[in-house]
Amino acid sequence: MSETTSAQAFKLNPTPMLDTLETGPWPSFISGFKELANRTGSTMVRGALDQLNYSYQTRMGYWKGGVVGVHGYGAGIISRYSMIADKFPEAKEFHTMRIQPAPGLHYTSKALRQICDIWEKYGSGLISMHGQTGNLQLQGIVQANAQACFDELNQLGWDLGGAGATVRTGASCVGQARCEMACYDTLEAHHKVLSYYTDYVHRPQLPYKMKFKFSGCPNDCMNSIQRSDMSVIGIWRDDIQVDRAELKNYFATKGTEYIVNNVITRCPTQAITLKGNDDLEINNKDCVRCMHCINVLNKALSPGKERGAALLLGGKGHLKMGNMLGSMMIPFMKMETEEDLEAFTELTDRIIDYWAENGLDHERLGEAIERIGIQNFLDAVGLDAHVDMVVSPRDNPYFKADYTHTPVLREIAA
Amino acid sequence: MSREWKTVESGPHTYRELLHPVIVKNYGQWKYHTRPRPGVLRHVANSGDVIYTVRAGTHRQVTIDIVRRLCDLADRYSDGHLRWTVRNNVEFMTPNEANVAPLIKELEALGHPVGGTGNSISAIAHTQGWLHCDIPATDASGVVKSMMDALFDDFVKEEMPNRVRMSTSCCEINCGGQADIAVVVQHTRPPRINHEILKNICEMPSTVARCPVAAIRPTTVNGQPSLMVVEEKCIFCGACFGACPAMEINHPEYSKLAVWVGGKNSNARTRPANMKLVCHGLPNNPPRWPEVTEVVKRILGAYKKGGREWERLGEWADRIGWKRFFEETGLPFDKYMIDNYRHARVSFNQSAHVRF
Repeated sequence: MSETTSAQAFKLNPTPMLDTLETGPWPSFISGFKELANRTGSTMVRGALDQLNYSYQTRMGYWKGGVVGVHGYGAGIISRYSMIADKFPEAKEFHTMRIQPAPGLHYTSKALRQICDIWEKYGSGLISMHGQTGNLQLQGIVQANAQACFDELNQLGWDLGGAGATVRTGASCVGQARCEMACYDTLEAHHKVLSYYTDYVHRPQLPYKMKFKFSGCPNDCMNSIQRSDMSVIGIWRDDIQVDRAELKNYFATKGTEYIVNNVITRCPTQAITLKGNDDLEINNKDCVRCMHCINVLNKALSPGKERGAALLLGGKGHLKMGNMLGSMMIPFMKMETEEDLEAFTELTDRIIDYWAENGLDHERLGEAIERIGIQNFLDAVGLDAHVDMVVSPRDNPYFKADYTHTPVLREIAA
Repeated sequence: MSREWKTVESGPHTYRELLHPVIVKNYGQWKYHTRPRPGVLRHVANSGDVIYTVRAGTHRQVTIDIVRRLCDLADRYSDGHLRWTVRNNVEFMTPNEANVAPLIKELEALGHPVGGTGNSISAIAHTQGWLHCDIPATDASGVVKSMMDALFDDFVKEEMPNRVRMSTSCCEINCGGQADIAVVVQHTRPPRINHEILKNICEMPSTVARCPVAAIRPTTVNGQPSLMVVEEKCIFCGACFGACPAMEINHPEYSKLAVWVGGKNSNARTRPANMKLVCHGLPNNPPRWPEVTEVVKRILGAYKKGGREWERLGEWADRIGWKRFFEETGLPFDKYMIDNYRHARVSFNQSAHVRF
């Protein structure tokens, strides 16, 4: 590209602060950047290193946003202009392209090499693998190259991710591809749902960001409960499956003491009791599907056969009302067929539509539900209240119930 | 030159063809897994097929050169397939056990430590920092590099009571996320308002609305419309800075670092939990942030010593009590660690339970 000079003439500037990050056993990103700059002669990488070194010296950041995009999209490229381009003109423009990877962050070497070749042609060669939302981030391109770069990537099936007030790029755990715990196909659900919301990903038209994360079991390796508005967590409805022979093996090899101290006493609802000296009895009525015993005894115990997913709503990070965990809305949905996934997006459509209508500027779903009141939210999106939504019934004495309400007592469960 | 390609809004890339053939064959049919050594997983399918995963740390801020070298390894040892974890580790999967040892050797020769599995300290989730973000008060990659240099042994070994997940964040938005230990920027002063540029670059109503405590008000400065901050109300969160760069919250001295512990997203045993403030006012001290690493090492040392098997850091602190947490880490508790925001009362000790 025009901004590269001949290898002989190219020389990095002194970056004494950054150089201290080239020692020590952990991989050094600074060494990586320098290697790249020295090979390609990228003046943009040199400029970014110079500005970063200046940030280390002055303890301030110097990038500002702007508007850079590709034809037809309103999101996906994070524009960065240097505020001190007079000092470091080589990295005057240093935009990031957010690319949606495949669910589960699976690649082939061929696919990655194609990305690398395109990125070497149009951009700096710096990549973040991956951003905290789950994007492959190509860091360092000038506006003039963005469209051509995107077009070549798009021809290979890569699309831009979300940014700003959009449905954001999704994330999914390795799931059924390699995990025995996965209670639904996280990769397929991610692919289907995010493909369905493509328009919302590319065009900001929501109050704020909307994140979907797909975890195959309650271990929640995607951190969906804390990081996503729509947290889809695999769960099962029937009994934990027990392989008695493997269970005996655990008792024989780990010992009864280990099983008592690390499985039985750690069950949060005391649903497991010792039977004889080398067997366990699980009261599945008391089990809350926490995964602990299955994690410890994973050869002997596994999630039940009737598998699906739970939907928790409203998880988010700090800004602006403080961090919130997602809370249980739907304890169990089948996630197997096309119809199951259509029913899922039909529900999430209702939730997003309501939030889009009623959310304030920069108000995440969880904040909107808290402000509007969960009863109003449930009524509006057509969900019935149920006791799985709460840890306990309210202790706040003031509530407004309909005066016509009288309790209808049910038969006591046998 | 006119553009010939018409955009295909394809969404996330397709995944089937990217999966290793053994994975495709046994999709949804895995039975159990073991960990033969740190950094290696061995998954066994109902069919009897086995696949080994070798996990290695990366720089996260990588380059096309680094990625191409990892692709070379994938071609040689995992039939051209590789994947990434959410903590920026790279994974190679192979059905061939004989590939594991030489792959590990080559990864280590390239500077990629093999580990991050089981009861290790996995790579630190982090943000963009001074390299690329528009609102950071500190760097991300450099803090992580400095801390991982110090915690390296616990990445390549599995000697902690349970897994340890860490994160760093360069502003109070906390993009690094909840974690067992998180290092998060903490502002200690209200934003300084740059009245010269404010009216030209900021939309005032949306900046006013962005404040979680309604501390921002319209005002007039030198006959020009601008904004003011009611300093008694301001909680130094920096939310306004994202909406309006004239609300200058970042400062070389007054933007500091705080350490939070006990975040947990897994449902295993205890419910998922948010992390708690245990240290604040650490200097933002590039290029190596030694004060932060010292605090983090103290916490990890006490947890490693006192945590029981399967106990996450927050579960350990809950069991021994936060009083002992502060004793055993030598960190000082102070009044700022008592919540005074929404729902603060739920964290008060509304009981006579006290440890002596």
